[in-house]
Amino acid sequence: MSDFIGGEYDVIVVGAGHAGCEAALAPARLGLKTAIFSLNLDSIANMPCNPNIGGTAKGQLVREVDALGGQMGISADANFIQSKILNRAKGPAVYSLRAQIDRRAYSDYMKKVLEMQENLDIKQAEVTDILCENGKVKGVRVHTGTIYNCKALILTTGTYLKGCIIIGDSKVSSGPDGLLPANKLSDSLKELGIEIMRFKTGTPARINERSIDFSKLIEQPGDEEIVPFSFMTGEVKKEQVSCYMTHTTAETHKIIRENLHRAPMYSGDIKGIGARYCPSIEDKIVRFADKESHQVFVEPMGLGTKEMYLQGMSTSMPEDVQLKMVRSLPGLENAQIMRPAYAIEYDCINPAQLKLSLEIKGIDGLFFAGQINGSSGYEEAAAQGLIAGINAAMKLQNREPLILDRSQAYIGVLIDDLVTKGTNEPYRMMTSRAEHRLYLRQDNADVRLTPIGYEIGLVSQERYNRFIEKSKMVEKDIKRLKDTIIPANDTNNDFLARHGSNKIVSGIKLYDLLKRPEIEYKHLSEIGQDAELPKEVIEQVSVSIKYEGYLKRQMAQIEQFKRMEERRMPEDIDYSQIHGLRIEARQKLNSIRPQSLGQASRISGVSPADISVLLVYLESRKRKLSEGQSC
Amino acid sequence: MKNDTIAGVSTAVGNSGISVIRLSGPEAFLIADKVFRGKNTVSDQKSHTIQYGKIISDTNEVMDEVLLSKMEAPRTYTREDVVEISSHGGYTIAVSLLNLLYKHGARPAEPGEFTKRAFLNGRIDLSQAEAVMDIIQARTQRVSKVAVRQLEGSVSQILNEIREKIIILLSNIEVNLDYPEYDAEEVTLVQAGKETEGIIVELEKLINSFHFGKLLREGMEVVITGRPNVGKSSLMNRLTRKNRSIVTDIPGTTRDTIEEFVNIKGIPVKLVDTAGVRETLDQVEQQGVERSIKAIKDADLVVVLVDLSQGFISEDKILLNKVLEHNKPYVLCFNKTDLIKDKASINEMSETYSDAIFMSISENKGVDELEERIFGFATENSQDIDNQVLITNARHEHQLKKAKEYLESALKACDLKMSLDMVALDLKVALEELGKITGHHADQDVINAIFSRFCLGK
Repeated sequence: MSDFIGGEYDVIVVGAGHAGCEAALAPARLGLKTAIFSLNLDSIANMPCNPNIGGTAKGQLVREVDALGGQMGISADANFIQSKILNRAKGPAVYSLRAQIDRRAYSDYMKKVLEMQENLDIKQAEVTDILCENGKVKGVRVHTGTIYNCKALILTTGTYLKGCIIIGDSKVSSGPDGLLPANKLSDSLKELGIEIMRFKTGTPARINERSIDFSKLIEQPGDEEIVPFSFMTGEVKKEQVSCYMTHTTAETHKIIRENLHRAPMYSGDIKGIGARYCPSIEDKIVRFADKESHQVFVEPMGLGTKEMYLQGMSTSMPEDVQLKMVRSLPGLENAQIMRPAYAIEYDCINPAQLKLSLEIKGIDGLFFAGQINGSSGYEEAAAQGLIAGINAAMKLQNREPLILDRSQAYIGVLIDDLVTKGTNEPYRMMTSRAEHRLYLRQDNADVRLTPIGYEIGLVSQERYNRFIEKSKMVEKDIKRLKDTIIPANDTNNDFLARHGSNKIVSGIKLYDLLKRPEIEYKHLSEIGQDAELPKEVIEQVSVSIKYEGYLKRQMAQIEQFKRMEERRMPEDIDYSQIHGLRIEARQKLNSIRPQSLGQASRISGVSPADISVLLVYLESRKRKLSEGQSC
Repeated sequence: MKNDTIAGVSTAVGNSGISVIRLSGPEAFLIADKVFRGKNTVSDQKSHTIQYGKIISDTNEVMDEVLLSKMEAPRTYTREDVVEISSHGGYTIAVSLLNLLYKHGARPAEPGEFTKRAFLNGRIDLSQAEAVMDIIQARTQRVSKVAVRQLEGSVSQILNEIREKIIILLSNIEVNLDYPEYDAEEVTLVQAGKETEGIIVELEKLINSFHFGKLLREGMEVVITGRPNVGKSSLMNRLTRKNRSIVTDIPGTTRDTIEEFVNIKGIPVKLVDTAGVRETLDQVEQQGVERSIKAIKDADLVVVLVDLSQGFISEDKILLNKVLEHNKPYVLCFNKTDLIKDKASINEMSETYSDAIFMSISENKGVDELEERIFGFATENSQDIDNQVLITNARHEHQLKKAKEYLESALKACDLKMSLDMVALDLKVALEELGKITGHHADQDVINAIFSRFCLGK
């Protein structure tokens, strides 16, 4: 064979979506020779579904990616057209940032970031084969036959693998947004013995803004005060655009019910497994028959286009039904559909085949990130992409992989859930999945992760200095609040009365005053006790004082959790030989191959007694080894 | 994992009637000192010595007289500091003592955990590692069997209802937190507080009833039967007066059988005094007789009482045959021996009926022996009454109390107007504590509830 060798790389990334971009930038920034492949270079970091980044739990993910030195936060800050903090009143653990993004601008921006990156080559081609030798990745072959060699390979193929778009009874082989599908790569994966699953997701129609009667819609403007995603972005002032809200009507529901037999989800044409949290509108109407109306949000796709996204109206109904449905919404009576809603089926892998580093077990140097791992969402993808990119680099640099645990980051929760428990539907991040969410806040993502990113080498000196400076300010102000006692005089008691707070009869520390739920930091200015500090510093100070009790409890839980995580499981254990483990536990442990005792305890089918048995096993193994050495 | 202090029972209630409660871990002496009053404090007691003293409850009452042995690490079973408390009090006292120790910071020992620690701390030889693993797995399975049995019926139903209520409240809050734009009704702090309060009340009821558990509430059923006026009521009175009666709210006491709950050497016993059984044509009495025969059918043990002063007559024998027909274990008691002048005839009888008890209830003779028999029967034949049940009961009660603590913390957070995510945090932990009894995972349940109850999507 005289195959043309197109290039030699340390790391190759297949797919240039949100996972792929992070996965390629990280190793390139760490000095490794990297190439990224995309079926179409005009679709880099495309948003084929909702035109926004962030939201509950997802906003936290973006902040974490940023704190580690990833790209998504910076790109989002540069291209948002509306910004909002969700859950402001519901508590610091769930404050979440969400921004509407100019889709095309974001894609162009990200493409340029890739283009400008040292050590990174960008290539348009369909990767058709994975080349392996002796259980080790060697490179890829593309559709033209050209071979690219690499030492580590990261697959971030999104929803492109055997992608199939379904609208009514039309079923077409296609990637998202009318882009080409990748029809050959999953066969190559199967040949490597990798288990493939078939998932389904969907997206609503896009409407021409000019055909909407906005007088019937409720306007939803952005926040006046803009909070950026990135810890590197300074103060932002920007003209924002609004989103709008309408709702389904009795007529909409009637149209859907009358045409249910034409919905592929019900006629059996769709076999992929969809997510419970992301049902189509027909699903919602069947499952929640007593709900008379559902909200629909109308969101701009960007400044350079009139396309509007119809959040809440995801469907795979035939086009004629779609048009009737959309036009039954108040304000959309004359709506012009530019792109119809569709369902998409695609191949992904069972993520339980992965290690926590996102490298697959059994094939050296092959990593996976993003929707191919059964997740959904741009942010979930970016987070995995960053970790896979870092770990490919760590491997080639002979360094320890970066494994964030569940107490360190949402990223840790995400990957641990996927890898340890697997998933039977597209996995979406939620704050309720994070048992330590009070600690995993968006305000302290830098505290949690920037030192780690710095250690790895992705965090610049500038970012690190900023972080250190901020930490010092927080520390100093907390000390000031602890050291300052205000007397029980009339001024102070008037101040307290004004905020509905109990009088004081003796002096009180500002620190203790702030513990009162009704007293906020900003109120301190009324008694001349505030400090000129950046907003993010004040936020961190306030949270750590106000919720001190809960935080302490959470930290105690985390400490307990860590003890189990720190018990490493040796890689060569044959669980089927461990006396005392139940059969189910032996099988599950042999297939998941947990990296720590903690991870083992989260595998379904492994009981607390099995964990006790493992503890005894580990101890006896240790003793055997030390006895062996002493001989 | 290793460095907390655990408490558990190391011997069964058993025939001896002695239970040994073991504490192991760094705080064993400290915790023991909180419940024990002896000549010396446990901390001052010399290692590897035994001391007599009393167990003092939270309300400063003497719960039991015990022997306490103190063993300093490393020359102990687990190679940790160990305290062993031997109590005569039996079941209820042992449970109360365990509860007291849990309250003062000990954690319920997992099945096989003392042995596990002994191994991990190097006291048990490597060659026995496999045996240790077997013990852990076998005991766990045994305990979970007991737990399932314990949780059958109303307790598990109430527990599930409480769990369900927390899950619904939590999913109502969580959907607001995770889907702020979804048009679900917003849960206010006031609402959340009110619902939490309601849940606490129900949990409290469960805790109160739980102390005696299924076993204690139903107990071992001992039916006292015999012809009219052989001394059944006197026996009943004697047994109930002597043994602390267990307060019960079990309904359905019939007019014709009198039921009393007593605690005999730690064994919960339901005593049933039947109406006098004899062949009769009297309509009303006939009903009573039928009930008595039904009571015999349900009994775990039947006491057949005979008035020996009247002789062991055919009516008594017919009655005994009824008991034998139903294949019931029984104790034959010849009462009113004090009325018999001819002591030789008693000796003669006792040769023929060597298993029978000769008693005089009015003179309080032979009653102790009957108690011994009842206790012996219970501990020999009842699989239920062993230390596993005891431990499981106490463990469940401990979890329920912990769940209640967190619910109270959630309520406090509502009252203090903390944010909803803090309330959710407390509720989640409460749910996890209850999940430790039922084996459910809080996270999955809440997420499932969110998706099944709310219509979310793009």
